[in-house]
Amino acid sequence: MAFTEEIESGHLNRRQFLQVAAGTTLSLSALLAACGGSSTGSNSNTAAIEFLSVQQPNIGWPLVLSTITNQYAKNHPGTTFKTDFIAQGNLNQQVQLLAGQGALPVLYNSPPPDLMAQLTKNGEVLDLESTFQQLGVSQQVVPAAFAIVKKIFNGKFIALPFELNIEGFWYNKQIFAQNGLQPPDTWDQLVQIAASLQQKGIQPLSASGQQGWPITRLISGYLFRKLGPGALDSVKSGQAKLTDPSYVEAAQVVANLGKQGYFGRGVATLDYQSAVNLFLQGKAAMFYMGSWELRDYTTPSVNMIGSNNVGFFPFPNVTGGVGSSSQTPMNAGQTTSVNKAKYNAAVGGWLAYMAQNYGDVALQKEGAVTGFVVHNPPANLDPLTSLVINQIKQVSQPVLWFEAEFSTKATNISQQDAAPLVTGAMSPNDFMSAVQQAL
Amino acid sequence: METMLRDRRAVLVFVGPALLVYSLIVLVPIVWSLGYTLFEGNVIGGFQFVGLHNYAFLFSDKSFWQAFLFTVKYAVVVTIGQVGIGLLLALLYAFYLKKSSPLIRTLAFFPVVLPTVAVSQLFKKIFEIVPQYGLVNSLLHLVHLDAWIQPWLGQGGSAFWAIVIMDIWRSMGFYGVLLFAGLVDIPSDILESARVDGASGWRLVRYVVLPLLTPILFSSFIFSINGTLKVFDSILALTNGGPGQVTTPLTLDMFNTAFANGQYGYGSTIATALAIMSLFVTLLIFRSARSDVA
Repeated sequence: MAFTEEIESGHLNRRQFLQVAAGTTLSLSALLAACGGSSTGSNSNTAAIEFLSVQQPNIGWPLVLSTITNQYAKNHPGTTFKTDFIAQGNLNQQVQLLAGQGALPVLYNSPPPDLMAQLTKNGEVLDLESTFQQLGVSQQVVPAAFAIVKKIFNGKFIALPFELNIEGFWYNKQIFAQNGLQPPDTWDQLVQIAASLQQKGIQPLSASGQQGWPITRLISGYLFRKLGPGALDSVKSGQAKLTDPSYVEAAQVVANLGKQGYFGRGVATLDYQSAVNLFLQGKAAMFYMGSWELRDYTTPSVNMIGSNNVGFFPFPNVTGGVGSSSQTPMNAGQTTSVNKAKYNAAVGGWLAYMAQNYGDVALQKEGAVTGFVVHNPPANLDPLTSLVINQIKQVSQPVLWFEAEFSTKATNISQQDAAPLVTGAMSPNDFMSAVQQAL
Repeated sequence: METMLRDRRAVLVFVGPALLVYSLIVLVPIVWSLGYTLFEGNVIGGFQFVGLHNYAFLFSDKSFWQAFLFTVKYAVVVTIGQVGIGLLLALLYAFYLKKSSPLIRTLAFFPVVLPTVAVSQLFKKIFEIVPQYGLVNSLLHLVHLDAWIQPWLGQGGSAFWAIVIMDIWRSMGFYGVLLFAGLVDIPSDILESARVDGASGWRLVRYVVLPLLTPILFSSFIFSINGTLKVFDSILALTNGGPGQVTTPLTLDMFNTAFANGQYGYGSTIATALAIMSLFVTLLIFRSARSDVA
């Protein structure tokens, strides 16, 4: 007898009904369970390091960490390393989602400071200052990197500096030489150089308006030179406002560069890699960027102008300003934090080994300058990498970037509105007001 | 069948699981989201009760109103475009392309089956200016109209029209087929008698075809307006709401507010405003349709 007929004839008894209902419930439960994720952790003997990273497993920090883990696993069998890739734009959301379920992995790229403060309260951020002291590896962190991380995260060393970057202008030496130009000492000279290049049909600057931050970095650079290294600390503390005339001036001078067309016509939609390529293919003469771009500069298939053709000059001084070019914008790149809830002795052992080796492996494998001490520098170091290392040594006072001390919302608005600022669709005053309101 | 439907246990077995799933994944989140509008915070830091603050803020929030106006402008233009061009396509299929109609119908319908992100990437390339000219700028360059070469997606005005063109192209085939189905349902004797009475061309369409097509036209408008009010993926992939926030619709504003800025309460408030707006527009169309269609 068919099931429907049984029901129609009223033959479905209580037991059968319960069986059907239980079956349905079980199926639903299985379906819902299948939608859930799984989590891996570490027991106290072996470390299973999982890393929520905005870099793919085969490049950058994940590659260096996996190399280090392979070395470590020779004496600590069972230690594993796995990267969970997440696009940069989705990092904050993913961290919140995982943290809300207690599923943050051992390592995760640090979200902005305001979110990190909440994660700290929740017990999902390991204090690395005390942990490194306990592990005896405090000396493995470069002092400048230590200071930068503490400045970003409100005085706490709660992130690993897998990078240590200086920022400034990279320029095409050949274009400069052919046009009789010298790296500028002042902002006015920079503008004159740009005008002269533009006149000769050479695009003076390359910048990604789609990302926004390569443009807002110019605003902060100008502010630091004009008002001194504490310019943005004053905004954070409320002593100054971004809408004050001296701050709007910085947005104005950057908007002027755009108005003159020095960034090229497609600046608003130019993505990051295309902006890099414009410079490295010799189509733009100058490029403001961090030294993390060494990776592309030293890759012959990407760098068409040749690494010996890439020069560097610091953000120039502003006439009448109180800042100086030795106050260099620096950062620790996208930092990485450790989940306190997943930390144990095995993770501690791995962390200590990693801290001792990261500087060397990253330099050898990726040519990357990091916030960890290098014990055995390679003999044949690339000249550009040497230049960056020397520049870092010369820094008297590191300064951060425009959005470093802003809320997440203000950061997003600033980077979103950078393109309209340089295309003239938004006035400097409106730009600064929008960011100030969101602070 | 009647016996079966009288058996409450049987009804429970059939309807229960579906109702449970529907309640869990549709009704509960809607109510939950409404609840969030009275709170602010996030899952890590916790939520604080803020009463009607989010609603009060909504009225003074410039980016909300900018997104609202963009959404309305986009929905009106794209709906008229989608349904209007869809109607023209349907008339073309029915009255001019009688034999080759299936081929053209398939070609015009093809963009409907393409993934939105792929279409957006295609249009990104079409309107590109750097690192190399896209199709539009290349053509302008070819015909020596270099002064017209523009960063089409980098300016608010032209970016809006690029989105409009893309979304009309993407959906006109769907409305063409939908309205064509309505057209073939019109009895041929009515059309014949209209022709005998001297109606042809525009007069035939205006006084005979369109009145008979009204019910399906209204359905098309409702589909289209609700789809365009909730546009998200195509704009996210083409302009990401930029430059600045000029092409940000309410859905993207809500997404950025909740997930990028971490303001879940206010994001839910924007979502509620969008839901009310969709409901209002749908009711408006139903109301105006009722007297005509009945």
